[in-house]
Order: sequence, then structure tokens, then C-alpha cells
Amino acid sequence: MAEPAEEVEKPGRTRLIGGPGMLLVWVYGVMVVGAVSRSAVQIATEFDKAPLAYSLSAVAGLVYGFITYSLVRGGETARKAALVCCAAELTGVLTVGTWTLADPSAFPDATVWSDYGMGYLFIPVLLPVTAMFWLRKSRTPN
Amino acid sequence: MLDALTVATAVAALALAAWCGWAAYRDQPTKDWHFIGMAVVTLLALVQLVVGIVQLARGEKPEQGTTIFVAYLIGAFACIPAAGFMSLAERTRWGSITVAAGGVVLAVLQVRLYDIWGG
Repeated sequence: MAEPAEEVEKPGRTRLIGGPGMLLVWVYGVMVVGAVSRSAVQIATEFDKAPLAYSLSAVAGLVYGFITYSLVRGGETARKAALVCCAAELTGVLTVGTWTLADPSAFPDATVWSDYGMGYLFIPVLLPVTAMFWLRKSRTPN
Repeated sequence: MLDALTVATAVAALALAAWCGWAAYRDQPTKDWHFIGMAVVTLLALVQLVVGIVQLARGEKPEQGTTIFVAYLIGAFACIPAAGFMSLAERTRWGSITVAAGGVVLAVLQVRLYDIWGG
């Protein structure tokens, strides 16, 4: 697949949203809207029902937001920061996913990361892996 | 009325997804015709937003809450334009894939809207 010749790159800032990166930004953007708005509504209206679950959704939303911002901003520092966040995200999905299966009573209501993100077509668990591959590939060759 | 619109929008969104997926398969960016398609789907979502608000104004209540219902209506309306602008910035097959993903997301939103309204 030929990259277009119009790649205008500012020197020193890796562009992270070319090609597959654009799709990643889109999916991350959708997850930001999904997780943040969902937790905002739930925390505002029924926080006492499942405080842990709703807080975790809010945290997930923040992590997604930061990764989206890093991807759009570009650059080596943002790339590394996004990589760290993706690792954190993956850890979060795996931990919370296992936790919801092992101890369902701690979660009266679902979070974004419940059952490894099953309610979101498993996107929460697939996304960080894909993003990490992409971010490793877009490292600036020194 | 709302249910019919929901089904129509979901079908249109999936058709758009398939169409842009086909463009991506052939290694093509989104073209004018694709944008006309996106405009049609967005128009359906806009009509749905208006009809949904009219239904609320007439005093009908969605099963799972008004806030969530309105949030999903707005999300459904913004979904395709957002993906469309991103495909303008990315003039490769990946722009087409992004719009295809947008169509799938919109279809999922429609299923949720159907549940929220209490179909």
C-alpha cells in the first residue's frame, strides 16, 4: 500500500495518525465518548449503586482520552506516553475482566472493562494490543 | 415512527459501511459519491434526532431514561460526520476504513437506541 507523497512532516515530530493511525484515533475517540459519557451519567445519577464500577469506567475514559490526545498530537514523547498508557489499559482490561468474572458481587453494574469488554464487542481488549503494534512500528528511526 | 427510522438508519449505516469497506478493499480513498452517501445517512440520523425530541416533547418517555436517550441521539447524529472529516484528512484506504467503522458504530448505536426507547 503506497503512502501518499504529500506527507508534510514537521521535523522532529512523528506523525502518529497517518494510515492505520487514523482508524485508531477514530475507535479511541468513540471509546472516549462511550466511557466518559456513560460514567458521567452513572456517577451523576446512581453513584451509590456501584461506586467501584462507575469509577473504573471514568478512569478508563480518562486513559482513552489521553491516548487519543497523544495520537493526534504526535511526536516521540507522545508516542512513548501513549505506549505506556496502552500497556496500562491492557493491564486494566485484563485485571478488571478477571476481577468481574472472579468476584461478580463487587460489580452490581457493568463497567467498560467488565468481562474483558464483552459489552463493547471486545474492543477494549483488542484495541490496546493493536495500538501497541502501531506505536512500535511508528518509532522514528534514529 | 421512531422504530421505523431506527431500522432505516441502521440499514443505511451498514450499507455505507459495506460500500466504504469495498472502497478500502480496492485501496481507494473516499470519493464524492461516498460523501453523498454519508450525507444521506447523516440526514436520516438528523431526522431521527428531531423525531425523537418531538416524541419527548409530546410527553412520551423512553424506557431507560431521557438523558441517555438524548445522548445516544446526538451521538448517532455526530457519528458519520466525524468519521467523514477524518477520511478527508486521510486520503488513503484507511480513510475509507474509518468511515466503514463509523457505519458499524452507528448501527450499534441504533440497536442501543431501540433498546433505550423500549421497542
